Amino acid sequence: MSLDLQNPKLVEKKFKVIGSRVPRPDGIDKVTGRARYGADFTMPGQLIGLVLRSPHAHAKIEKIDTSKAEKLSGVKAVITSADLPDLTKGDRMMLDLLENSMARGKALYDGHAVAAVAAIDLPTARKALKLIEVKYKLLPHVTDVDEALMPDAPIVHPHIITEGISSAPMKPTNWNKACEYGHGDVDAGFKEADHIFSRSFKTEQSHQGYIEPHSVSASVSPDGTAEMWVCTQGHFVYRNQCAQLLGMDASKLRVTSSEIGGGFGGKTHLWAEPLALALSRKANRPVKLTMTRDEVFRATGPTSSTSIDVKIGVKKDGTITAAFAELRYQSGCFPGNWAEVGAMTAFACYDLKNVKTIGKDVITNRPKTAAYRAPSAPMAAFAVENVIDEAAKAIGMNPVDFRIKNAAHQGTKSSYGPVYGPIGIGPTLEAAKNHPHMKAPLGKNQGRGMACGFWFNFGGQTCVDLNVTPDGKVTVAQGTVDVGGSRASIAMAVAEEMGINYEDVRSVIPDTSALGHNDMTDGSRGTFSTSMAAIYAARNAITVLRERAAKTWDIPLDEVEWKDGAAHAKGAGHGNRTPLSLADLARKAGRTGGPIAGHAETVADNAGVSFATHIADIEVDPETGRSQIKRYTVIQDAGKAMHPSYVEGQYQGGAAQGIGWALNEEYVYGKDGRLQNAGFLDYRIPVCSDLPFIDTQILEIPNPNHPYGVRGVGETSIVPPLAAVSIAMTNATGVRQTHLPMSPPRVLKSLKGKK
Amino acid sequence: MSTRHEIHLWGALRPLAGGALSIFVEADTIREMFAVVGEKYPGMVGQIEQGIAVSINGKIYRDQWDVELPQSAEIYLMPRLAGG
Repeated sequence: MSLDLQNPKLVEKKFKVIGSRVPRPDGIDKVTGRARYGADFTMPGQLIGLVLRSPHAHAKIEKIDTSKAEKLSGVKAVITSADLPDLTKGDRMMLDLLENSMARGKALYDGHAVAAVAAIDLPTARKALKLIEVKYKLLPHVTDVDEALMPDAPIVHPHIITEGISSAPMKPTNWNKACEYGHGDVDAGFKEADHIFSRSFKTEQSHQGYIEPHSVSASVSPDGTAEMWVCTQGHFVYRNQCAQLLGMDASKLRVTSSEIGGGFGGKTHLWAEPLALALSRKANRPVKLTMTRDEVFRATGPTSSTSIDVKIGVKKDGTITAAFAELRYQSGCFPGNWAEVGAMTAFACYDLKNVKTIGKDVITNRPKTAAYRAPSAPMAAFAVENVIDEAAKAIGMNPVDFRIKNAAHQGTKSSYGPVYGPIGIGPTLEAAKNHPHMKAPLGKNQGRGMACGFWFNFGGQTCVDLNVTPDGKVTVAQGTVDVGGSRASIAMAVAEEMGINYEDVRSVIPDTSALGHNDMTDGSRGTFSTSMAAIYAARNAITVLRERAAKTWDIPLDEVEWKDGAAHAKGAGHGNRTPLSLADLARKAGRTGGPIAGHAETVADNAGVSFATHIADIEVDPETGRSQIKRYTVIQDAGKAMHPSYVEGQYQGGAAQGIGWALNEEYVYGKDGRLQNAGFLDYRIPVCSDLPFIDTQILEIPNPNHPYGVRGVGETSIVPPLAAVSIAMTNATGVRQTHLPMSPPRVLKSLKGKK
Repeated sequence: MSTRHEIHLWGALRPLAGGALSIFVEADTIREMFAVVGEKYPGMVGQIEQGIAVSINGKIYRDQWDVELPQSAEIYLMPRLAGG
């Protein structure tokens, strides 16, 4: 494969397909119910799997007696941690995944799996669960991030000693990891300041809230091969990790990803998949395991709750002289690096001479936290942007102008280290300043807030196969799960590169046996990295097509060029040849060398960082504390919007989730350490009637490291809403809102404090 | 003769380099750089295996170890983050 075909650099190109709003390939199946989601797979002889979960926040498992369940007619397998031996060879992260799938000696949170059954039907499986006897010895628990750091807090794991500090404590702690970022001298910077502003903030734990619960079907054969059908953001990663945990060869485990009813990071981690495989292996029958909503809330990936302190020093002219933040993120019952990400992103929007952030990852008796759309950044932005807003107002400066004055730009040394290339924070702020929304009048009890947000975006390992069918159409096999429209974007990229119609390209997600490894669809990488690989695959296919045309015409390869979906002979003596279309070449492929295909594998690094600015209007009822978003605008840099409707959808979706997090969504724990609101009635995500139409403005500042200038767009849109909505609420109520969500009782409490 | 580069460390790596904010390494590619870093600072080998992102003049590489290190480049080692 020629390296110049895999050049990621931006090409000057007038697009014909990219940037249009073509029909989505999965649209009809999804609106007619034909699309197959995780729970839609059914196999002959299939058993139903169910999981017994701990009702305690922290308890030693003294004994599990499964004998009665095993004797129940219709029960084909019962498993505990004894059926999942530790095969991780010292890989603590993998052992944590295994232990999270099934408790090993201790239940670490309310909802932690302790046993699982496979039975011929759901009623039998339910009966079997009731027959499993577990003897617990209750242990003291802790669920609050600040309480977990207290000297007398119950210790969740005796093996955890704080990482990342030079004078590491020698005794177990819930403070898993420390990190520090920044540059300059913050003490000197604060001495330079005319004003110093500092505040403390808290955010409660929220869930990704995907509508489709986790579902997995597994079938393990006695010959050592296995198949798994699962709702996931990354079936290759699931294959690799399950194979490692179950002691299988990855090549013998074939995983198919279903359509996905939302993931947002929550389907990047293994949960019940190892259990389904272990049950199937023991029962020698296929097993389907589908979580209830209660299980999804209690036992799968919420994001961190946090406690954050921010301090900013400002000169009278609006220059920020120093910025500091300490960010404490709870990771649930296993180590995470969520505080680290918060510490890196907190001040990333700004050009700061002196900045320091400290991150503390904290272990608690809550479910293992998972990524949630730009993980950790929204909470950090909430805290920082509120102090930015406060500082601007205190010195009499418009908050937009204050941000523009201090915004990062090309050449700025970022608060997490590297120097920025071309970035879009300044343009999003200028666009916000000039947006009609900023000038629209507000009504009674209404307030307006604006805020910025940053996210890194990632690329990663990606593999694409492109095949030309005998009738001259194209199929593309992409290995990244389509969570936000990548099948359309990838088909568009191939159509653009090959000069053919979008309708003539079909992209599908094959199982793990059909392609090389692909990383998870996370980090806003799906369209960025897969379109890059698809463009490379198309370029390779074009080389093959030119070769076939050269052979057909019996002329040298370099006298054949590909344009407008056909091979053209060029140069002296070839002017009269009729171009050979893709269909012409495909039809005769058997006589010119066989099937025509293009393949590409790449590591798509350099995704290009992303920035957004949001504007929110809110109205609050001072009698009840109930609030309603009246108007909302998202302005974000997309690099190049391949399919603007999908980009707008990402902007709107992130904003909607952020609004829910800001106003209502919250894990509520009782004193017993149990989750009190594991359902959508009590854990309230926004519905259509809660939201206005979310307006969007796409900016296009091309990413120089993608052939079409694409940046990831899926995550950044959830970063500013917590801040923008809370600042709007602050302006509506006159009370700085420092604790999310701003549910009616919490808003009322803040108003009473004001009086 | 490989080029000498200053490699800036993020906080979690500093204790593994005796508290240094940065280290100096002679290498021409990311792969060579990690080989030298692993030899000089064995405590970092586990972290390198788990994954470290490298920022070269502001461009972030997580897996492309064949990338060359330009002369006088600004090089940062960063945690290998993932998103949602």
